[in-house]
Amino acid sequence: MNTEWPLYEVFLRSKQGLHHKHAGSLHAPDAEIAIQNARDVYTRRKEGVSIWVVESSQITASNPEQKEEFFDPAEDKVYRHPTFYDVPDEIKHI
Amino acid sequence: MDKNLKDFFLHIADNGLILGHRLSEWCGHGPVLEQDMALSNIALDLIGHARFLYQYIAKQEGNGATEDDYPFKRDVIDFKNILLAEQKNGDFAHTIVRQAIFDTYNYLFTSQLIKSSNEQLSGYAQKAIKEIKYHRYFSHEWFTRLGDGTEESKSRMQSALEKMWPYIDEAFKPAAYETALLKDNVSVDLPSIKDQFYTELSALIDQATLTKPDHAYMQYGGKKGNHSEHLGFILTELQFLQRAYPGQKW
Repeated sequence: MNTEWPLYEVFLRSKQGLHHKHAGSLHAPDAEIAIQNARDVYTRRKEGVSIWVVESSQITASNPEQKEEFFDPAEDKVYRHPTFYDVPDEIKHI
Repeated sequence: MDKNLKDFFLHIADNGLILGHRLSEWCGHGPVLEQDMALSNIALDLIGHARFLYQYIAKQEGNGATEDDYPFKRDVIDFKNILLAEQKNGDFAHTIVRQAIFDTYNYLFTSQLIKSSNEQLSGYAQKAIKEIKYHRYFSHEWFTRLGDGTEESKSRMQSALEKMWPYIDEAFKPAAYETALLKDNVSVDLPSIKDQFYTELSALIDQATLTKPDHAYMQYGGKKGNHSEHLGFILTELQFLQRAYPGQKW
């Protein structure tokens, strides 16, 4: 019997309007307790207004070994950044 | 400060201090890191409640009194916490059962205290109630899971429940100072929350598939200073520094 609790990934929304960000991971016997644990471990200093947890095993991750073919090709394609436009002065916060 | 009022403040503060101290004993010894932190958080909340009240008493007393005088310079007989608060941590089941009973009571008690005619008490209650609501959520979730868990967790929970059971009723039996303060609507009408408490606790016990203990013998005394031997040991550790080196500061 596996006595180790499953691992959960914790995502916090720091304030309304922002998206949830990965905060870390922790062990818990079920999702409800994972939320409790996340509250106690990750929001003690007002870090969040909302918590998501997901069992780590439910996350499908990219393979580190495919790093080259996945991510390197983007390196020399600066034209994909929207930096070649003239932004009118009136437009702020872009 | 009126003697009855001071005693009532001390009673609430001592509940927080002593149970908070008990929970702090888990710090670094929790069954897993996450629960270690959760129990320490609750300990800090409870000690925070106690401090708020001790600070107020010290201010009223004047003459250089400080909040530290009450935890560090009183003897066993001066403490007014209920006996439940000083019971030993035992295993995690004992701690959770003690906490679930206390939180169920404390939530009802503090909800009523919001209506107190004493502004300090009412202010304290409004601030503390949110934290207590979380404590109750925490301990009830664990109570249910451990009771309705494995064969071993269930039997440990049942034996913890039997052990803590005699210390429940004291919370609902008014001490002389509580009765005296009731006529001005300062204290809480304990019999009025007792039924609600037992209804909630019974529902929790059912949900956790545990059995309600049938022994009716109850222990009283903590509220007026008659404590079990445990409190002496707690104070020995808690007060060592001030006893050995009076007035010593960090």
